[in-house]
Formats: sequence, C-alpha cells, structure tokens
Amino acid sequence: MNHQFELPGSYKKWTYGLLAVGLIAVIYGFIMYHPFADPHHAHGDHKNSTRFWAVLLQNSVYFLLVVNAAMFFLCVTTMAMGGWQIAFRRVTEAISSAVPIMGLVTLVILMTIVWGGRTDIYHWLDKEHVAHDHILKGKAGFLNPVFYSVFSVVTVVLWWLLGKKMRSMSLKHDEGETSHERNKKFIWDNTVWASLFTVVFALSVASTLPWLWLMSIDAHWYSTMYSWYTFASTFVAGIALMALYVIYLKNKGQLEFVTEEHLHDLGKFMFAFSVFWTYLWFSQYMLIWYSNQPEETKYFVERIGTAEKAGPYKGIFFFNLIVNFLAPLLILMRRGSKRNWTLITFMAVLIIFGHWIDFYQMVMPGTLKDKAQLMPFEFGVPCLFIGLIMWATGGYLSKHSLTPRNNPFLKESMIHHT
Amino acid sequence: MAGGIKKFVVGAFDDEKVLFPAVKNVRKAGYKIHDVYTPFPVHGLDHAMGLRETSLHTAGFFYAITGTCTALGFMTWIFTKDWPINVGGKPFFALPAWIPITFELTVLFSAVGMVLTFCYLCQLAPFVKKHHFHPRATDDLFIMAIECTDKTNPDEVQSFLKNAGAMEINVQEAETGWWLGRYDREQKLYKDEKGY
Repeated sequence: MNHQFELPGSYKKWTYGLLAVGLIAVIYGFIMYHPFADPHHAHGDHKNSTRFWAVLLQNSVYFLLVVNAAMFFLCVTTMAMGGWQIAFRRVTEAISSAVPIMGLVTLVILMTIVWGGRTDIYHWLDKEHVAHDHILKGKAGFLNPVFYSVFSVVTVVLWWLLGKKMRSMSLKHDEGETSHERNKKFIWDNTVWASLFTVVFALSVASTLPWLWLMSIDAHWYSTMYSWYTFASTFVAGIALMALYVIYLKNKGQLEFVTEEHLHDLGKFMFAFSVFWTYLWFSQYMLIWYSNQPEETKYFVERIGTAEKAGPYKGIFFFNLIVNFLAPLLILMRRGSKRNWTLITFMAVLIIFGHWIDFYQMVMPGTLKDKAQLMPFEFGVPCLFIGLIMWATGGYLSKHSLTPRNNPFLKESMIHHT
Repeated sequence: MAGGIKKFVVGAFDDEKVLFPAVKNVRKAGYKIHDVYTPFPVHGLDHAMGLRETSLHTAGFFYAITGTCTALGFMTWIFTKDWPINVGGKPFFALPAWIPITFELTVLFSAVGMVLTFCYLCQLAPFVKKHHFHPRATDDLFIMAIECTDKTNPDEVQSFLKNAGAMEINVQEAETGWWLGRYDREQKLYKDEKGY
C-alpha cells in the first residue's frame, strides 16, 4: 500500500500561476489604487483606495474562514465518534494546514486597516465621529483598535495552535505499530483537543469574530444571526473545498478507500448546510422585514433598495440566493446526483463561488456604497488566496501519507455504507 | 384484499454473517426469495437481495411540491382576493411572512404522504392481517421465506437451506396479500372460509 502522494506538475503549475496572477493583481492595486491615501478624501470617484482594502478584507476573511472550517469539520466528527471521514481525514488536515499562512496574511491586512485608520472601511475608527455618535460611543468598549487587534490575534493563534496539535497527533499515531491501549489513548486525546478547538471555534467564528471583522463595517446596524450566518457560509464552502480535493486525489488514483459512499455523505453535507445557510439568511431577513425599523432595514436598503428605487446590489443579492439555495436544493436533492463525481465537482465550485459572492455583498455596500465593481482586480485578488491554499494544502498532502493507517476508525470508514 | 395461496419454504438464521452468503447462494441457485424478515435494519441486505431502489422519496418530492403549492396558493387567494387585511402596512402579497407557513406545509404534506405511502407499500394498517412466517421473526431471528413455484421441489429447497446454515426449516402455506382480521384469533386461510 503506497499512500504517498507526489504533487503532479500540473498542480504546481496551477498553484504558482494563481499565486502569480494574485500577486500581480495586488501589486497593480497597490500602485494604481493608492492604498495609503487619506481615507477622508476617498469618496466619489476617488474610491479606489477603499476598494483596494475592501477587496482584500473580503477575500482574506472569506478564505481564512473556509480553510478553518476544515479543522472544525475534523473536530466535530471526532467528537461525534465519526468513522466515515477517516478515509479522507488527511485531506481535511491538509486544508486546515493552510490556517497559519492564511491567518498571518489576514491579520496583516486587518491590522493595516485598523492601525492605518481606514475609516472608510470601519467608520468606528474615526474617534472624532464616535465622540458625537451615541450608538458608536456605546459600542466603543469593543469596537476599538486595541480590543479588535488583541481579540483577532488571540483567536487566530488559538486556531493555529489547536489545529497544529490535532494534526500532529494524527501524524504521530501513524508511526510504529498500534495496540489497543495506544488506540484508546489516541481517541481520548483526540476528543479532548477536538473539544477545545470546538469551544474556541464556537466562541470565535460562530459567535463573536464576524461581528468585529465584517459586521462592524455597518457599525450602527446589528444582527444576532450574523455570526451564525457567516459560519454557515464558510462551513458549506469548506465542505465543498474538501469535496474538490477528495475528487481531485481520487482522480489521481489516490485515496483508495474513498468510495461513492463517502462522496454521497459529502454531498449530503453540502446540501444540508446550503439549506442551513438559507435558514439563517431568511431568519435575518424576515425578522428585519417584519419589524421594519429604520435602523435595521438600513442594511437591506443599502443592498436591494426600496420598492421605489432599486439598490445597487439587487442583482447580486438575489443571485446569491439562487446560487447558494435554489441550485444546491434542486440539484443536490437526488441521491444519484450526490453520488455523481462530475456533478459534485460542479456544485462544489458553484458553492465556493456563491459564498464568495455572499461575502462580496457583505463587505462592499458598507464600504464602497454604489461604487463597488466586479472587474479583473476583484477576480485577481482571490487567485492569490486560492494559490496560498493550494500551496499549503499541496505541501501537506505530498509530505504525509494520505491514509491514517493506524487510526482505529479506519476499518469503519473502509466499509462505510450509507 | 387477499392474495394468492402459495407454498413457502421458510428458513430461520441466527446470524447475519450466515444470512448474507445464504441470500446470495439462494438467489444464485435460482430460487425466488419472497422476503427476509430481520430484527433490525441490516445494511446492504437490500442489495444482496437484489431489491430495486425505493421510489418513496420521489413520491415524497411530489407530496412536498403539492404542499408548497397548496400553502402559497391558498394564502395568496385569501390575503389578496378573498379577505385582504392591512397588517402593519405590509403589502397584501407579503411573501416573506408566508415562507415559514409554506415550509411547514411542505414538510407536513411530504411527511404524512410518505408515511401513508410507506404503510401502503408495506401493507400495514390497523386491523390488517398478514401471515407471520415465524414468531421470532422480528425478535431475534432472521427469517428467509422462499416462494415455491410449480417447478420447485420443496424438499430440495429445504436441504439447500440446511446446507446454507439455516437452524430451523419448514414448509408453510400462506396467503401473500393482506386482509382484515385479528391476530388473536386462530389463523384461517382465506380458502378455508365458507363460500371460497
């Protein structure tokens, strides 16, 4: 049994190609969009410096949360004593190994925005404005640069350390011969560390972090659904990314224990969490629509506009719903389509793109108003992050065995049957 | 709704590890398996028996669509045509407010519809009587019932099942359909009834 994977040349070519395209886009933006221009003058047609930071914020946060979702998946399935995912467990580990580099890049971007005083991104950074703003004054306890930075750094470092521990435990268990005692200890340690990660994850992505990173763009507005909504968005995209990697490796003749049954379950996850995302999307929308309070409806007026005047993001707003709800619901509903490798590949790409668009409409209206664009720059920057993910994931995949051969649940995964 | 009277060779197995190869061999030998009764859902048994994929979920989809249409259509008619009410200045056609109800009705229709369809397919209903091949069928034994045709030699099937590892084998005559009756009465075949 050879489970060592050697990265094919095409993979490396794509990785470096995407990194190059992304770097060119960022450098182009860096030169052309004057990212360090005074944000107070960034209005009207001079919105380019805002655009630069908004696009970086959207992409870095989105892709960081997507790769981190892989570790969350690994931890919750571990805690649930799941066995079916072991056949491709190394793939989830590999994707989550992109967290440190993605976290670093994201932190650099966020810190530059916050400490560079980008009031056009986060208008709570404007001290003079906050002093006269009753609501922002009330929120100043946590919407301030120090709290923001400390909380972000601590969270990302915790994700990194706990994820690293999970990965190293799994790799260590591969070595040598296994025994009943050793397996028992492995399961116990794994469960403990997985629960620690899950607690950190729950207190960050699933409850507080999106408030700071994304919701504070619209600092006056708030929604208790927001973090869950962000989590659902990135989790379903994370599952889609895992499915893509599993299919890719299977195509390369790797992951011999992964069968249609595993694909079926990944498809179920994609289906279920697309519906879950819609549930949160709708819960947020309907409550605001129903109570109809100006300070809450503002968020949607900025996007879809009013009955009299359509907003600048109306098309994207409903496109978002079609791609992320209707398409997965109708296409992934059938059993046959969840067991179809081609269709799952297509749906995975669609879902990752759909939630990228979702993040686009979360970030842009509050920062660029109606000046947001979808030009080569907007599509070039994500290439950088996709390239980074491919680079980190590919490195992990080629360094370690693709099958955790001593994992006590491996047999359960091999005979998995849905 | 009585079915035909048929002869069955019934074998009882006490282990699914014996049952699986037995099912395969019986099918390979060309005998017709009427059904296998198990104490719990056995993974992969449907494939081993060569049963086709159920279309219950397709039926469920259509029940669900019916529910969606019923809810949306009914509410649209009530709130825009029959009895329009101004609720908090919302439009009469207040779609977001109807989504939860539409969702509930979709689930309700598909759930109830699928349960009823399932009962029909499995021939289950109150007071409906079906033949029991073995009293321990759903308790702790795996019961395989093989249907005998005109060409089947029951003795041959019996010895075949014995070789396959069945711990208890007998031949029974039973009706395949379902009919009204009660289990606490002694079972009588339909053909023994007066006026058959």
